[in-house]
Formats: sequence, C-alpha cells, structure tokens
Amino acid sequence: MCGIVGLFLKDKSLEPQLGSLLAGMLVTMTDRGPDSAGIAIYSNETKDQSKIVVQSDTPKTDFDGLEVALANASGVTVGMEVSSTHAVLSVPNGAIDAVRTAIAAVNPALRIMSRGDTLEIYKEVGLPKDVASRFAIDVMSGSHGIGHTRMATESAVTTMGAHPFNTGNDQCLVHNGSLSNHNSLRRKLRREGIHIETENDTEVGAAYLTWRMQNGATLGEALESSLTDLDGFFTFVVGTKDGFGVVRDPIACKPAVMAETEQYVAFGSEYRALVDLPGIETARVWEPEPATVYFWSHSEQPIKEEAA
Amino acid sequence: MQTLDMADIELREMNATLHAQAENTNQTAWEIKNPRGAHAIACGLDAPIEVTVKGSTGYYCGGMNKQATINIKGSAGPGVAENMMSGTVVIEGDASQYAGATGHGGLLVIKGNASSRCGISMKGIDIVVHGNIGHMSAFMAQSGNLVVCGDAGEALGDSLYEARLFVRGSVKSLGTDCVEKEMRPEHLEILADLLERSGADAKPEEFKRYGSARELYTFKIDNAY
Amino acid sequence: MTDTTNGAPRTTPIQSATFSDPINAEIRRAAATGIYDIRGGGAKRKLPHFDDLLFLGASISRYPLEGYREKCDTSVTLGTRFAKNPIKLDTPITIAGMSFGALSGAAKEALGRGATLAGTSTTTGDGGMTSEERGHSNKLVYQYLPSRYGMNPDDLRRADAIEIVVGQGAKPGGGGMLLGQKISDRVAEMRNLPKGIDQRSACRHPDWTGPDDLEIKILELREITGWKVPIYIKVGGARPYFDTTLAVKAGADVVVLDGMQGGTAATQDVFIEHVGQPILACIREAVRALQDLGMHREVQLVVSGGIRTGADVAKAMALGADAVAIGTAALIALGDNDPKWEAEYNALGTTAGAYDDWHEGRDPAGITTQDPELMQRFDPIEGGRRLNNYLRVMTLEAQTIARACGKSHLHNLEPEDLCAVTMEAAAMAKIPLAGTDWYPGKPNTSF
Repeated sequence: MCGIVGLFLKDKSLEPQLGSLLAGMLVTMTDRGPDSAGIAIYSNETKDQSKIVVQSDTPKTDFDGLEVALANASGVTVGMEVSSTHAVLSVPNGAIDAVRTAIAAVNPALRIMSRGDTLEIYKEVGLPKDVASRFAIDVMSGSHGIGHTRMATESAVTTMGAHPFNTGNDQCLVHNGSLSNHNSLRRKLRREGIHIETENDTEVGAAYLTWRMQNGATLGEALESSLTDLDGFFTFVVGTKDGFGVVRDPIACKPAVMAETEQYVAFGSEYRALVDLPGIETARVWEPEPATVYFWSHSEQPIKEEAA
Repeated sequence: MQTLDMADIELREMNATLHAQAENTNQTAWEIKNPRGAHAIACGLDAPIEVTVKGSTGYYCGGMNKQATINIKGSAGPGVAENMMSGTVVIEGDASQYAGATGHGGLLVIKGNASSRCGISMKGIDIVVHGNIGHMSAFMAQSGNLVVCGDAGEALGDSLYEARLFVRGSVKSLGTDCVEKEMRPEHLEILADLLERSGADAKPEEFKRYGSARELYTFKIDNAY
Repeated sequence: MTDTTNGAPRTTPIQSATFSDPINAEIRRAAATGIYDIRGGGAKRKLPHFDDLLFLGASISRYPLEGYREKCDTSVTLGTRFAKNPIKLDTPITIAGMSFGALSGAAKEALGRGATLAGTSTTTGDGGMTSEERGHSNKLVYQYLPSRYGMNPDDLRRADAIEIVVGQGAKPGGGGMLLGQKISDRVAEMRNLPKGIDQRSACRHPDWTGPDDLEIKILELREITGWKVPIYIKVGGARPYFDTTLAVKAGADVVVLDGMQGGTAATQDVFIEHVGQPILACIREAVRALQDLGMHREVQLVVSGGIRTGADVAKAMALGADAVAIGTAALIALGDNDPKWEAEYNALGTTAGAYDDWHEGRDPAGITTQDPELMQRFDPIEGGRRLNNYLRVMTLEAQTIARACGKSHLHNLEPEDLCAVTMEAAAMAKIPLAGTDWYPGKPNTSF
C-alpha cells in the first residue's frame, strides 16, 4: 500500500528541475507509506555509455575499488560514481550483461537497482524526505521519472522490497495495491527462468511484464495482458527509456490522479502530490479509467490511450 | 466573512473553529484558503454556516455534513460529502471516487465530472452531477436521487435498492438488477426541482430513469451468484 | 461383530467418515434447494482452543496470592495511544458488536444493562445505534461498518469509542446478511431498506480500500469527534501479523482480533466453517506484530472468538491480549438456546444448544428476533442481571487463576505461566508441551 508519483516532461526547459519536482511530489505522499521510498530518474543519456546502479549496505568497503575489479572481471572499462549506499556504474553500450555477470562474481552481496542507458533507480528504507536527501534527488535533472513511498503489506521492509522495480533495460515499475495471485505467478515465472528476488507482490508484477516483453510483447501489450493475468488490486506506473505509462485494475479502487499541461504529464496517488507543479491551476486534471492502458512517449509516436 | 488560511493554521484548529459554530452564530460565512488537497476539510459540521473552500481538496471534504453549505472552488478528492445528513455541498470542478457515499440527506452538486462509485450505498442524499460519472456508480444505492446530466460509466446501479437514477446521456452498461424504468410525472417533478436547485442547464424530459428490478431482493437460485 | 442371519457371514454396515450423515444431508439439502446453507453462530467443528492450554500455578518457586485478601486488579484502559478520553473498564471482558436487527431492541438493552453493571463496555453492530442501547450503556463502542446502516455523526459523537470493522472471525472477507424475516418496520427504517427483503451488505468499505486510505479515514473520524474517543480496528482472524501491523501503521488506538469461532447472526455455513483461523493461532501473531512495532500495551489488543469462561479470559491475557470480547457467550447468558424452550426447539427441527437458525427470526428465547410476540418473552432487566452475574463470575474466575499464578493484576499473566496439552495447541500458541520446554516450530530446536 503506497503513494505513487510520476512526472513526464514535454518541455525541455523543466528538465533541470525534474529531481526537485519529483522529490517534492513524493514527500507529500509520505503518509501513504512510511516504510521505504524510491525514485527512478531517466537522465543524462551519453552516446556510448550505459548505466548500472548497484546498492550496498556497507558501501565504504564494497565500493572501494569496485570499478577496477569489475573492469578486470569483465574486460570493459567501468566508471563509477558513488552516492551514499548506491553507485552508478557507467559501462560501454552493450556491456551491461557482461558487467552484471562480473558483479555477481566480484561481490554477490551487491544488489542491482537498475540497468539501462538512461535509467537510474535510487531506493532505501526510510521516509521519502530522507531518501531524497540521501541521494540528492532534488538536484538531478532528467526527462521523466517515477517515485514511490511504501507501506509494506505482507513482504519485508527492505531495500529490495522498495519500489521502483527494474523490469528490464531502462524499464521500471511502481505499484499501489495488493496482488492476490502473486505466489502462483511467481512459481510459474521462476519455472520460465525469470529471476525473482523477493516475496514482494510488486516484483512479480514487474517480472511478469519482463517475461511478456522477452516473449515479444510490447510494453503496451504486456500491460494489457496484465489485466487478465494479475488478480487483485493494482495501479501501476511504468517507466521506459522514452516514456511512461499508467494502468489500473478493472475494479480501480486505489486512487490515481493525472494532470496534463503543455509542459508535462503528471501522476499522483492524490491531488496533493500535484499542487506544487507549475501551472497546475489550469492543467487538465482527470482520473485514469479502470482497465485502460495510458502511455506517453518522447519518441515520434502519438499518445497511446486505448481501452484494453 | 471569516477567513481560515491553511498556510497558517493546522487542520485541527480549522475544523475545531468550524465545529464551535453553534446554531445561532452570527459568523455564518467562512472562507478556507490554501486547501492544497488536504484531507478531512470541514468534515463533521453541524451548523447553518456557509463555508467556501478556495481550491481543491483531498479525501472526505464535507464528510458527514449537517446543515452547512460548503462550496469547493476547485476539485474534490475521494469521498466528498460522504455520509452527509443535510445541508449542501457544491463542487465547481470534478469529484473523485465515492462522492456522496452513504449520504443520508442534503444536496451534493458536482459541476464537473464525478469519478467511479459516485453515490455508492447512498441512503437518501440527492446528488446532481452536471458532467459524467464513472463506473460502479450508485452501487447498492438505497434511497435518494442521483441525477447525471452527462453519461454514466459501466455497471450503473449494480445491486440497487430503492434509489432513483436519472441519466441524460448514455449509460455504458447497467449493473446487475438495474433496469430502465418508466418516467412518471412525479419523477419529472423531482427532476425539475433538483435541476433547478443545482443550477443545471437541462430539461427533465431529456432524462431516462433507472431503478431496481428487485430481483436481488430475495435469495433465489437464479441470482445466487 | 458378524451378522450370520442369512447363513453366510456378512459385514456390518459402516458409515463413511468422509460421507458422514451431516455431509450427506447437506448434499441432499443443496440438491433440493439450489442455495447454500445460511445459519448463525460460529464454527462448530472441533478446533484447538484455550481448553488445550493449562496454567502452571504457583508452588515453591512462585508464591500465590491469598484469594480473598490480597488484591488482584482487573481494570484495563483501552485507547491510550491518541484519544483524549480512553475507555477505563473494571473488567477486561467486553461485549462484542451485535446488531440491532440481528438482535431485538430489548436484547440490545439487556447487553447494555449487564455490561454497565459489570463496569465494562458494549458495542453496537451493523444497523446503527438504538436509543435503548445508548441509554443503558455507560460505555458504548460505535461500530463503523462497510454498510454504514444507521450511520450518523450524532451517534458518532455520542459514542465512547469507534470501532472500524474491517472483518469478523466468522467470515473474514465477507459482508453482512440479514434475511427478510428480521427486516421489521423499525429495522427497515434504521437501515433505509425496504421491509422484508433479504439484505446483503458490502464486504469492503464504500469509501476506502487498504491501509493507506484507512489512515485518512481515521483522520476524518478523529476530526469529526475532536480526537476525543479511541478508534478501534476490528479484523477477522485472517493474517493477524500483517493485519495488526497495518492497523497500527494506519493509526489505530486498539486492535480487535476475532477468531473463527466468533459468531455471526447469519452467514453461509461454508464461510463460518472454512474461512479464518482459530483464535488460539491468532493471538501470539498479533502480539508479535505489536512487539515488533514497540506497541504492545501501547496499542491495546482485544481478542474474541470462543471466549466462554474466566479460564479462557486468563489464557487470552497470558498470551498477550489486553482484553477480550464475548458475543455468543453473552447471548447464552441472556437465555439463548436455553433447554427450557426445548419443545419449541424440537418443533423447529433442532434442540437446545444446537439452534443456529438465528437468521429466520423465530428464536424461541426472543433474543435473535424481531417478532413482537417472541420478543415479549425476553425481559431486558432480567437479561441484564444475568449478564452482569456471568461477567462477574468470569472475572472472579480469571482473578482466581491469576492469584494462583502469583499475579496482583490480570495483565501480568504471561505465556510462561502456561503449558499445552496437545501438539496442535503448543504449535499454534507457541506454548511448550506440558512436561517439556519445547513446542513445534520453536526456534533453534529440532524435532
């Protein structure tokens, strides 16, 4: 159970403010989930480099010389920037898998938060304001991002139980609700060879989308089939390299508010999350329909807003 | 006009101030500034005062209202005017889910659209929505009137009891046990009165009436699941 | 034994344990009617229960208290976390929520009278607060249910505490039910329903879902009542660790936990017998949740579901509860299922002690009915006197046990004062099997 926020910028001039806007939105949702918080930011695309964000509970020792060890193990150049318990590793395009293998070999205790060309996920146990300041989210720039603050229902309060969940290169997901068939779905997906780390229901939702897309579905198709295959209550917000999407279960009990202006599309679990956005007074504000996939993209495609 | 600015005072102080207004207060007009989506604004009022909220509200604004008139100059979050007993709540913008849920009396006017579950379990309240309403509206609605000048979403009036539903536009689908019913003169009269009191620009003759088929009123094999 | 009447030896007819008489009868009933069985009461199957636990008592290593001279306090205060006016009770045995509608107005009055005489609280139910009940209850807990029948802010402000009902032990995940026979004019008016219909109420609250919304609902209720009265959250015995944790996170003052033996006025038999956990399995998990949050005794835990005696009360408290609630037992104290009505029970096709068709409104004892003639049989003053007596006996029994364990207050009973006589109870209550220091699942032990 949780609070979700999302912000997709259409106006590039707002990009330097993405982190501060998103962190501000998330902090207003603190009451909905005091256990852990996380933010995914899409930013700083560099032509030849991809990123892997790793987390450690003992960053001082774990991150010391990590980039050298990984370079030796993988045979590619690895850059590293440490931010509190997280380290952003920069690796050559196409070397993500090689470096992931190297991470598992060099230090299996390191946890992979995200991977992709532009995606960086930061998440920890604690309140949104503490998580935001720990990683200096408010000075980050980017094109879009999503955030989540968690009230754990059944699974453990841990870093890995925090959202967003990374679902594939440059893909992530946050969730509000409670899935009711995640245990059997987890077993099925594990049999299909999908790696699922925790007993968290949302991670299963994320893994499900990954599995569908590995089998050729587009993100939109995967979201639409999730309406059939996932049982229970959910509002998902997903991020991709180019855009972000929203889908609610057919019962649609968990709250969701969206706002759109010339400058941005925003999502909040409550209207409170949106009140500090520029021009919110005149924005188009609405609630997403049940069982309907919404998607916005920076690429040339038109807005996809079709009923499942 | 008394002003309560939520930038300066806490919710508790604001509500306590409004709760302290008795039947015979002289201070009948109140303005609440900077609501910024806060929850439980002006809930539990029980005096004939007029409260104007200058902005959008969070959950349960005007909850369990008695006597008071509450004007929301923005949009309202989930459960606006839930379990209202009497008085009036008017929303200039849209209302989120569960608007007027379980309301026993009074008038709720939504000038924009209402989201899902509008009038769920309503027990005597009158609700007039100038725009559209979302899915599962009037679920298990017991009594009162729900007037929709626009369209209704899926499963309107599912498991309905004796509430009257009037819709001018299209209905995406009717819920179990909800059927279209004959519009009789007394219904046109009720509609005319509600449309006028809510400032809606619509004619009673343009509406269709929906109500309970009363098939779920007894456990039978045919409707057990 | 072998039957040889026809010459060759024959086997004796053997009834199937799987296809027993009651099961076969139910198959025939279902085949004939096409509708599931609806009844009142709680689970009737045999379940591990408080009877499977025993107190150790004091001897040489522990010293008992003198029964009639040395004090053993029974008072409890509920709602100390946020409420300005917590509820102070003389005995930790409270009366659980039962609706006007399910019960007659006079029966509700009797519950109020008896609870007040005994210095404890009673609770409204799905159907609103009646004037009899408020008038005769010194401490009245107002239930806030998914149906919101009869819900109004005046009664909310008149209540001494508010109990947000998420679920009940007889049917975690299910809604209420009141059949047409009991929807009298007065019940219909209080619930805004047509008279005589079969009423089904919602299983989820109409205007919130989940703990994040619940936190906001609690805020609204506190704002309306000026943060004065405690807010309880009642859950059925489903996932007590998580449910208790989330109730506390959402801001509850008190958690009410109802095991599957808890009664109901009317629900599907399949629900009563097959959904939920026995209360014995729920208490330690709820207490563990409170302890993990550092909230044990800060947020009080009230448990219910099959509490019958002072021994049950003492055992529930030793497992970590702050108070208990009784429903079915209170109805029996009032005179429900009394053998003096045996002939009438027989006429209804049942027998005293087994009568559970409370939904039909034909209760010979005049308690679970809205029938004017049957209601006449029940005297609320006498009922109140009987309930008070019963509450006092249970309190004395619990005190007797507590003194024997050397406690000057009931709430000083501990799990270590208990042993278990069955493996099942040992496992569920995490109490060592008698004569051992072990229970199934005890950490760092192997079987």
